[in-house]
Amino acid sequence: MAKRPFLIPGVDKRLLIKDSLKAMPDLTRRRFITGGASLGALTLLTGCDVVDGDTAEELLKKVSKFNDAVQSWMFNPDALAPTFAESAITKPFPFNAYYTLDEAPDIDAADWKLEVRGLVDNKKSWTLDELHALPQVTQVTRHICVEGWSAIGSWTGTPLRDFLKLIGADTRAKYVWFNCADKDGYNSPLDMRTALHPQTQMTFKFADQILPRAYGFPMKIRVPTKLGFKNPKYVVAMEVTNDYKGGYWEDQGYNSFSGS
Amino acid sequence: MSSIAATDTTISTSRTKVIQPAWVRVMHWINAAAMIMMIMSGWQIYNASPLFDFRFDHSITLGSWLGGALLWHFAAMWLLMLNGFAYLVTGLVTGRFRRKLLPISPSSVIADLKAALTFKLSHDDLSAYNAVQKLLYLGIIAVGIVVVLTGLSMWKPVQLHWLVSLFGDYPAARYVHFVCMALICAFLVIHIVLALLVPKSLRAMIIGR
Repeated sequence: MAKRPFLIPGVDKRLLIKDSLKAMPDLTRRRFITGGASLGALTLLTGCDVVDGDTAEELLKKVSKFNDAVQSWMFNPDALAPTFAESAITKPFPFNAYYTLDEAPDIDAADWKLEVRGLVDNKKSWTLDELHALPQVTQVTRHICVEGWSAIGSWTGTPLRDFLKLIGADTRAKYVWFNCADKDGYNSPLDMRTALHPQTQMTFKFADQILPRAYGFPMKIRVPTKLGFKNPKYVVAMEVTNDYKGGYWEDQGYNSFSGS
Repeated sequence: MSSIAATDTTISTSRTKVIQPAWVRVMHWINAAAMIMMIMSGWQIYNASPLFDFRFDHSITLGSWLGGALLWHFAAMWLLMLNGFAYLVTGLVTGRFRRKLLPISPSSVIADLKAALTFKLSHDDLSAYNAVQKLLYLGIIAVGIVVVLTGLSMWKPVQLHWLVSLFGDYPAARYVHFVCMALICAFLVIHIVLALLVPKSLRAMIIGR
């Protein structure tokens, strides 16, 4: 694990984070236990003190870590996500984000470059033209959202594992971490085995058309073996790393592996 | 005096037969806790993307928001699955399922249902289940198995794609999962009302006699 530098010299980072968390106004997303009517009944039935929010939350986080391990164990790198006929494609394919389409990043292709960082031999940035020149494949797969809905789409692009090989990435590293142009700086880590899955794709086209703004122009990472939020859109940088750097939703409590 | 009381209790309890053995009682209450957590967190998950034109009120959901509900759901699922599996194995191996739930025939169900609706059904011997009870218990065991299988299908639709195809596809598994939840809730209502109405049945599930 790479050691992270202190934010402010001489200040303990953990204490700083602890204090800043206390100052945060809205912790409802981190309070997993409120809003249950029968907590008293649950306490009686289970004998666990679930009313003590911190205890329950710590326990839930531990189980989630355990579930990460179970999913990693279940993950078969050769198992392919089901593919569908063109006729099965969901029309219209939904736009989905925690913001409206008006707020989606509006990227100028001429200015955009994919930054490559971390444990790779060649850290050069890539223009969209250079990426479009790479060999591409098309796959029709089901996108499954963490919310439960799903939609079938047609995605065209370069298998991420081919690109990782091309840039000389250390594929023994644990993660490929993506940074995006979404507001709030969306980011998400992808475990290396999933990054190397044959269907994991740097996607440039949707339904044979240049990826529209709604679906992540100029590039999204399509991962049919993960839930939707692990499919970052508007990607601006990728980093090959052994460091778990968290992610936009992962930090708020979504299970990090979230394999499908 | 206390010694006399203790002796009396021993004598009286040794005369009453065990209606619910300890393993049934322990697994029953673990299942009750797991089911309540699964249902309440499941309602919160449903609310994120409802299948029908309604949402569950926030006051009866668990987990505060989708992320929290998923953590509850995927934690309680272990309790439900492991306890449920242990219950099925023990029920089959000890022969309890065969003794308590079989035989069952359509005619016996109809006869007992008629008797129940006209309040003529006897509840004197709590260790013997009537045909309606047998049908409900067999049914809820089947629903419990399907709810876990559809749940696994939705949790790992790629890794367990063979399981998903058993229910058609991913969206179909979601609907079946919801229907199973609704059946479990319906069963719970009937089950709890009858447990409160039939004398000593709740006591038997707590202390065994």
